[in-house]
Amino acid sequence: MTEASTSWPAKAHSGVEQLGRLSVRTVEELGYTGALLIESLYWIIIGPFKRQPISVPAVFAQMMSIGIAAAPIIFILSFAIGVMLAIQGIHSLKTFGAESQVVVGIALSVTREFGPLITGILVAGRSGSALAARIATMQVSQEVDALRVMGINPVRYLVAPALLAMLVMVPTLTFLADLAGLFGGAVYTSVELGLSYTAYLDRSLAALSVNDLSQGLVKSGVFATIIALVGVSNGFQVSGGAEGVGRVTTRAVVLSISYIVIADMIFTYFLNR
Amino acid sequence: MNATLHQPVIEIDKLVTHYGTTEILHGIDLEVHEGEIMIIMGGSGSGKSTLLRYLLGLGIPTSGSIRLLGQDITRCDADAMYQLRRNMGVAFQGGALLSSLSVVENVMLPLREHTKLDEKTMRIMARMKLEVVNLGGYEDMMPAELSGGMIKRAALARAIVMDPKLLFFDEPSAGLDPVVAAELDELILRLRDAMGMTIVVVTHELDSAFKIADRITVLDRGHILITDTVTALRASDNERIQSLLNRTPSKERLEADAYMDRLTAG
Repeated sequence: MTEASTSWPAKAHSGVEQLGRLSVRTVEELGYTGALLIESLYWIIIGPFKRQPISVPAVFAQMMSIGIAAAPIIFILSFAIGVMLAIQGIHSLKTFGAESQVVVGIALSVTREFGPLITGILVAGRSGSALAARIATMQVSQEVDALRVMGINPVRYLVAPALLAMLVMVPTLTFLADLAGLFGGAVYTSVELGLSYTAYLDRSLAALSVNDLSQGLVKSGVFATIIALVGVSNGFQVSGGAEGVGRVTTRAVVLSISYIVIADMIFTYFLNR
Repeated sequence: MNATLHQPVIEIDKLVTHYGTTEILHGIDLEVHEGEIMIIMGGSGSGKSTLLRYLLGLGIPTSGSIRLLGQDITRCDADAMYQLRRNMGVAFQGGALLSSLSVVENVMLPLREHTKLDEKTMRIMARMKLEVVNLGGYEDMMPAELSGGMIKRAALARAIVMDPKLLFFDEPSAGLDPVVAAELDELILRLRDAMGMTIVVVTHELDSAFKIADRITVLDRGHILITDTVTALRASDNERIQSLLNRTPSKERLEADAYMDRLTAG
């Protein structure tokens, strides 16, 4: 028996088996996450009519921790990105003697790409992990079971408020990130090129269309959904005590950041057709 | 107490459950009557925790049915289950108090969910139940600040806040010192006598089981060995029951070849 199991066909067989298991698991998880999304939307929309509304204070509490508490760090990071873009833009545009065009470059790249992306990644790291850890801990300590036996649907009580709060706060933070990024760019260009803030603002507004901003905001809504759902679905699927909580938290952050970057690519492609 | 006079409030019929591909419960039949304290006993791995999970409607069995208060929970829809949950209280082994809420908030949770009472009334009702379990004055503490025994009592207060007809209690005395465990036993007896609840207790503590039980069910490896009164249980000549009662280690008989296979497997 032992010789057969290490032979080549057996190895290939186990490789194929692993691939199969991985695919099954991926599809399963995708389905589970989709079901969570549909159930959350069901409770958000139908819940109030069934006299089982989602708790408004819970939504606000989540909004505080996801949004308001993250605002300073989002501002600082986006400001830094704006400065970086200005430095790189001026450096590369110098070759063509078109340094002043850097304003257009910053305006477009911040609102269309960097604002949503930096916000998404930061919220995933900050709040996606917190969400996964919280739900996983509750699952491990039977708190989720306790909710269910009290007739409190865990999706309504835990998932729907988090999803709603994400959907409000991530676009809001993205807007803040856009402003901070533009401000960062303005500060550096004013120092480097002597461009006044009013001139910078005028040229930014001339370069930007509503579409640029809304494109970023639509993407941020998608990121919000990804962060919330990946966080909670990993949290619910925890197994194995405290170690398991750590594992699913890490997994939630890595997966949501990966999905955010991939979704960003896909959406950017389709939104620019 | 003559049990036959009472309607069965829990009826389990040929319950078979799986965990993954392993069959855990192999066709369980059990009836619990109104106002009865039923103890489900068994060693670790006997399937008693699994049985409780299914009784609470936390899993979908492979086959068989579970009727609580006349309602088949393996087949009823979500709304019927929601209504049924008003009449069920559960105290989990670890308490399972929501760690983000204070003790009184935890106890108020079922009221918030199932009633339209105003905040003040709910708080008073929650305080009354906390008094019942001797936790008056601890209402504003967080679960993390409570001791093990206090957490169990707070969980019990939450379980009975809706005055349920059915109360499930998972391992009431596990991890507690004998005095606190005895207090909890008293409390369970008082609840049955004062409120007429039907109580199902899952435990492996013999002393506590004998003290509070009307009837005891002994589970072993997914089978029910016996369901009977304490005296009948003591008189039973079943080897596994006696080894459980006398705490003798079970001697698993194994063929020499099978034993060798197990050691050298893989």
